[in-house]
Amino acid sequence: MAKKIMTVDDSSSVRQMVGLTLKGAGYDVSEGVDGQDALNKLKTAQVDMVVTDLNMPNMDGITLIRELRALPQYKFTPIVMLTTESQATRKQEGKSAGATGWIVKPFKPDQLLGVVKKVLG
Amino acid sequence: MEIDTSAFTEEAYELLSELEDSLLELEEAPEDEDLIGRVFRAMHTIKGSGAMFGFDDIAEFTHEVETVFDMVRGGSIPVTKTLIDLTLAARDQIRSMLDASAGGDPPDEAKAQTIITGLRALVPGGGGGGDEGSANAQVTTPDTQQTGGGKADDKATTFRITLAPSEDIFANGTNPVLLLYELQDLGPCNVVARLGDLPHFEELDFEKCYTRWDIILSTNEGENAIRDVFIFVEDECEIDIRVIDDDDSFDDETPKKLGEILIERGDIKPEQLDQVLHAQAPLGERLVQAGVVGAEKVKSALVEQKVVQEKRDNRKKASASTSLRVPSEKLDVLVDLVGELVTVQARLTQTSISTHDHDLQLIAEEVERLTGELRDNTMSIRMLAIGTTFNKFRRLVRDLSKELGKEIEMTTAGADTELDKTVIDQLNDPLIHIIRNSIDHGVEPPDVREAANKPRVGKVHLSAEHSGASVLIKVMDDGKGLDAALLKRKAIEKGQLPADAELSDKECYMLIFGAGFSMAEKITNVSGRGVGMDVVRKSIDALRGSIDVQSEIGVGTTITLKLPLTLAIIEGLLVKVGDESFILPLAAVEECVELTRKDVSDTHGRHVINVRDVIVPYIRIRDRFEVKGNSPEVEQIVIAEVNERRVGFVVDHVIGQHQTVIKSLGKNFEHSDEFSGATILGDGSVALILDLQRMVQFVQVEEVDELNAGQP
Repeated sequence: MAKKIMTVDDSSSVRQMVGLTLKGAGYDVSEGVDGQDALNKLKTAQVDMVVTDLNMPNMDGITLIRELRALPQYKFTPIVMLTTESQATRKQEGKSAGATGWIVKPFKPDQLLGVVKKVLG
Repeated sequence: MEIDTSAFTEEAYELLSELEDSLLELEEAPEDEDLIGRVFRAMHTIKGSGAMFGFDDIAEFTHEVETVFDMVRGGSIPVTKTLIDLTLAARDQIRSMLDASAGGDPPDEAKAQTIITGLRALVPGGGGGGDEGSANAQVTTPDTQQTGGGKADDKATTFRITLAPSEDIFANGTNPVLLLYELQDLGPCNVVARLGDLPHFEELDFEKCYTRWDIILSTNEGENAIRDVFIFVEDECEIDIRVIDDDDSFDDETPKKLGEILIERGDIKPEQLDQVLHAQAPLGERLVQAGVVGAEKVKSALVEQKVVQEKRDNRKKASASTSLRVPSEKLDVLVDLVGELVTVQARLTQTSISTHDHDLQLIAEEVERLTGELRDNTMSIRMLAIGTTFNKFRRLVRDLSKELGKEIEMTTAGADTELDKTVIDQLNDPLIHIIRNSIDHGVEPPDVREAANKPRVGKVHLSAEHSGASVLIKVMDDGKGLDAALLKRKAIEKGQLPADAELSDKECYMLIFGAGFSMAEKITNVSGRGVGMDVVRKSIDALRGSIDVQSEIGVGTTITLKLPLTLAIIEGLLVKVGDESFILPLAAVEECVELTRKDVSDTHGRHVINVRDVIVPYIRIRDRFEVKGNSPEVEQIVIAEVNERRVGFVVDHVIGQHQTVIKSLGKNFEHSDEFSGATILGDGSVALILDLQRMVQFVQVEEVDELNAGQP
């Protein structure tokens, strides 16, 4: 069965791009428009991996990661953050919140798939 | 992957109109953090997705605004009217950039610059952050593209990687096994898991990682590719990457001893190693103590060991200082160039003769001499001793004889015989097939051998020797030999031979090289499918070599491969038929005799001639290749040895010896079986090189067909 990935971003174009790329590679993709929306959806529908933006209204990515890690069913799920900030502090913040890895925007479809393969297998 | 950019532009227009509202509201309520956040996120999104959809100019420009709003968010820049004005202008600028991408007027560059300068001026400390920031916009993810195949060749570097993840590595969703898989994509990998830290079962926390890994990886990718694998986990893992073997390492260098490796890895201390080593007496002492051998014998053996070691060391030093490693492509180019030079030299000689200029002729002769030497030297550079190839077969013989339950000893002779590198490379497969065949079909099992009063251990002997312009490679076995009658019967059974065929013993032996011919009663892993020996024949043909088989029932079989020393240049005999020139390989030519009209009428048109009381059949090249014109009164027959028979080739004139640089005929003529190539003559014309063996084969087949057709 295809692995399930949720893409969380307040930008519909980013969601679309991530979605198209992952669907093209055979993954089952769902979308969250911000951290809160994603958290609500993820609580009811288990996924195998989450790709989330950091800067979002309602609930930002870092908080989402922290919330997810607190849920037993997402304790070990790979979570990758999308970030334009390549500064170590932001990455560090995400990592200590429990992010598995990161993708620095802008990225190419191949790079996204490379990271997904890296953390999801 | 092509992605529709309309998704981005639509979203961007939407964000920009929202942005306008937010900015106007912000002007009214400059302290509203929510509004500031909204402006920042709009800019952030436009920048991020702009870059992703290829709108680099928009991303770059927006980045400036975003940088400023990041600081507004952080409280280091206050919301002022200037800021709102500039941001509104920036918003309009982005809009016009979007319009431009949809075919509108190009945006005003000067205006963009003014906005950027204005924004940077707002940044405390002169806005130096801008440049650093724009660099950030270019930063991409670590290159995670997969290296296809994960192969590593001899040039690969071998790394020792120790990976010690923190106990909590699982807590952020990392699966270390995936990292190991990723390493595998880089090249062949040996992974050893170290479980020393694994606690007792009762104390085991399933959510913790206790395993460490030692990985030996050979890869053509550099260390950075390995570091990329660990990019997400480098802070949570102890990672040590070390080169343990690379292209610069000496091949002759003995690999490190176990103790050395353990010390280098920090697993043991040097003192500890010494302690253990010294606790153990040297082998010699232990043997003496055990009373197996006398002390003086051990001493003598040690002396021998020392002498041999010293001798080898000296030899290694000597050869290291006098030999030079060169990529073989460079030699190929050199051989090509020498080939060209030989052709040009032939033209020079010809021109000098026709001009009757004595001085020029002297120079031409000198050039000819030098070219000859240069050619011989160049060819000798490409020569390699066949010994290394022979040595490869020791393992094959060992493994095969074990598999087949036979006891076989392999011996070699003439390992220092030199052959062209190309010939040696292409000789590998045919020799494997021949040796397999000898072991499988030739040498009998030990009990059979003993019953036949033969030594229990069978012999396979490989030898190489020079013979004129050829090298003879022999594979000899002392097995049961080939049964000519049986071979013939099998071939007839399989319909590969007419039932009434009359063959000499030698011709029967050659049947084993036919396609699909097999003597094996049952198919083994080793042989019996009837593929193999025909491959031998094809490979040897391709090398312009020949095969000879000698065999005696109960005594053994010898297969001899006769191979040319080199493939690039041969000595040829240049002949003319009408206006056409042909080259016959000189190595095969024995003599030239005249053929008069009278000789032809004496034999009643049958293509044979009596040469010193021996009847020699001949082939008329004029007829064979339909050369136009009439033959002269007295023709020439070049008599050559083909498949151990004398065959004549009738030509108009024999011109003489010719150094022939072989050029391939190219793809279009690859089925011209009767020619082995072409060469360029001194006057620039082309001469075809005859493949005498093939010509004789074809003529024989056609004659048989004609005979059959003539019968009712």
